[in-house]
Amino acid sequence: MATVEKEQQAVSTNGHYKVIGTRPIRHDGVDKVTGRARYGADTRLTGMLPAAMLRSPHAHANIKSIDTSKAEALPGVRAVVTSADLPDATDRVANLGEGTVNLKHLSDNVLAGDKVLYRGHAIAAVAADNIHIAQEAVKLIQVEYELLPPVLTALEAMKPDAPLLHDDLRTDDLGEIADTPSNVATHIRFEKGDVEAGFAAAEVVVEREFHTATVHQGYIEPHNATALWNADGHITIWMSTQGTCTAPQQTAELLDLPVSRVKVVPMEIGGGFGGKISVYLPPVAAILSKKTGRPVQLVMSRTDVFEATGPTPGSAIRIKMGVDGQGRITAAEAWLAYEAGAYPGSPVGAGAMCVFACYDVPNGKVDGYDIVVNKPRTNAYRAPGATNAAFAVETVVDEICEKLKLDPIEFRINNGAKKGTRRIDGPVYPRIGMEETMAAIRDCEHNRTPLEGKHRGRGVATGFWFNIGLKSTAQATVNPDGTVALIEGSTDIGGTRASIAMQLAETLGIAAEDVVPTVVDTDSIGYTDVTGGSRVTFATGWAAYLAAKDIQGQMIERAAKIWDCDVTAVDYKDGGVVGPDGKRFSFKEIAAEAHKIGEPVIGRGSADPQEPGGAFGTHLVDVEVDMDTGKVTILRYTAAQDVGTAIHPAYVEGQIQGGAVQGIGWALNEEYFYDDQGTMRNSTYLDYRMPTTYDLPMIDTIIVEVPNPGHPYGVRGVGEVPIVPPPAALANAIYQATGVRMHELPMSPPRLLHEILKQRASNGDQ
Amino acid sequence: MHDFEYEAPTTVADAVQLLANHNGSARILAGGTDLIDQIRLGRFAPEVVVDVKKIADLQALEISADGLKLGAATPCYRIYGDEAVCRDYSALADATKIIGGAQIQSRASVGGNLCNSGPAADSTPALIALSARAVIAGPGGTREVPVEEFCTGPGKNVLQPGELLTALVMPARPAHSGSHYLRFIPRNEMDIAVVGAGASVVLDAAGETFVSARIALGAVAATPLYAKEASELLAGKPVGDEAIEAAMAASRKIAVPIDDMRGTVEFRKHVTGVLTRRALEKAIARARENAGS
Repeated sequence: MATVEKEQQAVSTNGHYKVIGTRPIRHDGVDKVTGRARYGADTRLTGMLPAAMLRSPHAHANIKSIDTSKAEALPGVRAVVTSADLPDATDRVANLGEGTVNLKHLSDNVLAGDKVLYRGHAIAAVAADNIHIAQEAVKLIQVEYELLPPVLTALEAMKPDAPLLHDDLRTDDLGEIADTPSNVATHIRFEKGDVEAGFAAAEVVVEREFHTATVHQGYIEPHNATALWNADGHITIWMSTQGTCTAPQQTAELLDLPVSRVKVVPMEIGGGFGGKISVYLPPVAAILSKKTGRPVQLVMSRTDVFEATGPTPGSAIRIKMGVDGQGRITAAEAWLAYEAGAYPGSPVGAGAMCVFACYDVPNGKVDGYDIVVNKPRTNAYRAPGATNAAFAVETVVDEICEKLKLDPIEFRINNGAKKGTRRIDGPVYPRIGMEETMAAIRDCEHNRTPLEGKHRGRGVATGFWFNIGLKSTAQATVNPDGTVALIEGSTDIGGTRASIAMQLAETLGIAAEDVVPTVVDTDSIGYTDVTGGSRVTFATGWAAYLAAKDIQGQMIERAAKIWDCDVTAVDYKDGGVVGPDGKRFSFKEIAAEAHKIGEPVIGRGSADPQEPGGAFGTHLVDVEVDMDTGKVTILRYTAAQDVGTAIHPAYVEGQIQGGAVQGIGWALNEEYFYDDQGTMRNSTYLDYRMPTTYDLPMIDTIIVEVPNPGHPYGVRGVGEVPIVPPPAALANAIYQATGVRMHELPMSPPRLLHEILKQRASNGDQ
Repeated sequence: MHDFEYEAPTTVADAVQLLANHNGSARILAGGTDLIDQIRLGRFAPEVVVDVKKIADLQALEISADGLKLGAATPCYRIYGDEAVCRDYSALADATKIIGGAQIQSRASVGGNLCNSGPAADSTPALIALSARAVIAGPGGTREVPVEEFCTGPGKNVLQPGELLTALVMPARPAHSGSHYLRFIPRNEMDIAVVGAGASVVLDAAGETFVSARIALGAVAATPLYAKEASELLAGKPVGDEAIEAAMAASRKIAVPIDDMRGTVEFRKHVTGVLTRRALEKAIARARENAGS
């Protein structure tokens, strides 16, 4: 692994770099705006069959029998699959890019075995001559269910007499496996210092309980997969995925095949936000293809996406925090119960690490519980686990500041985590920018402008996300005309073709437009981890940097050959090679020369960087509340974030704005609304209310650049942390506007009006 | 999607004949913004879909001394695009402006909105507030039904097999009258009413006393409601908080909403009063600006 060249780093990108910090037009822009970009569902192959799925109408039931004979007899039906067609996955465990996965759970999630665990759980699929026949055939599949009572929230599922989802699931309680089955998969704990003494030293202690609803990532493009099981035994899958290399791994494991037998062609992706890492459709489409000898395509409906793909967990959280007379945090405690959905694996671990991550907490204790419930298996969603926790802790911090008459921004600066602070879960921070984002918000024009008017309030909150490093590969071919063809394996969700190409261009000293980046299939590039964890610009960018360094080295050798001098006499700088006696070739010149006299120049870069650099964001929001309806109008919004180095500032701003908007939706209206039978009643975009442009002001951004010491250009991941602060910032603003503290998400009009009316009744007015 | 036959008659008589021949297994297509989705989702599986857009009478928008005649298939954009409708039947313009987005408004009709008979239909409370009557053609001739009596339950109405809604007729609006429809939605656009309220008022020449009023409510019962008591108690009362608050209370009294993903009983009952006030206040302001022509 390469070391960081410290001299390349600067405190600000302002004027330091030629390409980094500029805003070139994205390389994939024309295809996107002309509609020429090809998404998974655009895939059309000769002889392709469409397929439809049978999904459970029940939230919890044993499957007594499945009879597919009538469906198979329908004219035009080509094949039917059920879990009987999947290899037995009992007791197999695999590491598939999302941590360790119990394959039996993954397999049962793809096609239910003897039990359905949530409404929408896939049971069978039919490939037919057209989609209408496939859909008719699905209705002819007869399933005999034995209905079981559903359990829908973490707190209900934790009760001793709660219906059990898995009779073989025993709690891993701080490393000890319990004797009896339970819906509690795991109990973890982090501790630091002496919590009891810490609370004893506090002047004010606030303890509150919070609840948050299940919410979905809400990507525009539904999941899709088109599979061809070729006669030679090789499988090709065209799909929308965040894990170009993990999708074939998961698919191969589920089909019990070597990974080399599965190739994934990543199509353009219409949003993912973490939800397009898990594999749902590819193994099913692959088996249908094997049975029919034809390519088979599966595309989810919006309701399928809501009911059967990973939302982020609902949660119950208790926070207790003590602060002394000098305004210093003395102790903090958190209790977090996260709904994993139907199978273990909620992000409660991340939530438990993030909950107090913005603060220097001398004495702390955090307990986390991973709980299964009759809802779809949860999946990553932008800083998974952190937003729930931040809503709780940042609301408590606001209340403490109010009680002690402390300025909430100064309080956060005084107690903020900085270089050397040890988190409760152990790690000690390197150079981070929490304090800088706070100061940026304190000093911004928005904060210095007083907010006037009735029922208006201003709120602030901060948030943390780790980001990740992991493995990436890039390969760059130098063309004789001095352009560079860059291939990579990171699905481009947020403009990363541009941000990766720009790092290659910066390193070679050429224009961003002279790099042509392409995302390629898994047979064409080295292993690359998921587009997630805010890692692509950081880690795949690093691979591109290494590919460029490789090219530099080859160009130096080539120039030394031409100039007939030692390679040590040649250097690469200012976009070209320089040699003895003022000799110089620009990159274009050496590219042309190199083509004439030797082998093609191909740079390779593979990276596995370890220091992604944590990201902090602080948001400030002004709201106005309609006291007669509980409706919240956002008047003004500013988000400040430490991004390390902004490679392409427009896309950094876009990430911050997008994250803030998703956090606003989570805060105000989004929720999985279930009836008591476990049916989601709002599985459409009409009733699952994400904000539209009419509901939002411009999200102003302040880019703070505290370069990451763990990256050649100082990059920190930017994509996730902006979703973390909004619910708390809004809750704090709503309190200022109304005098009502909200402890439950979403803070929808019925819920807020209920609290306002309650307050009015207790104040004795009408 | 289920297979079906498509017919596009050009006269009311032909449409009625087609509907009668299929004895309940036909569905009427106007804008199709509800129907296509309902067939796609399997809620209806009609044998034949009868497109009524090609019947000229059903595309009417005529204002005369008798009032407004609106063809049942006249799309929203033509309604709110008509200056006279905006001036004299403001509540209807208000409602048609907020149904869906521009694409939906280009197809969707007020007649279709009424026949779909959703409790939260935006245009129905506006029609009720404006004293609209539904004109229905059938094998036995033509009949008229006050709009507040048209819907009989969620998705249900008085249309019998073979019958077709052809028009909505509203009486002429006097001087010193004004109307308004508004709804509560959690977002600001592209949403469905959690509570809707329509109001029309006629004031005295001074604009200080209610001559008459009509209040209608949406999404707070199985059908859109005419708030009879709230409407009638305003007649003869001075325009002011006392009268309006009495109307709010009377509106709340008849609201029998449900708890669902869009709102709670508590929320809907409270907001029924709030929107009654807001609908009345805007209708009053409009009436005061309207000295008559």
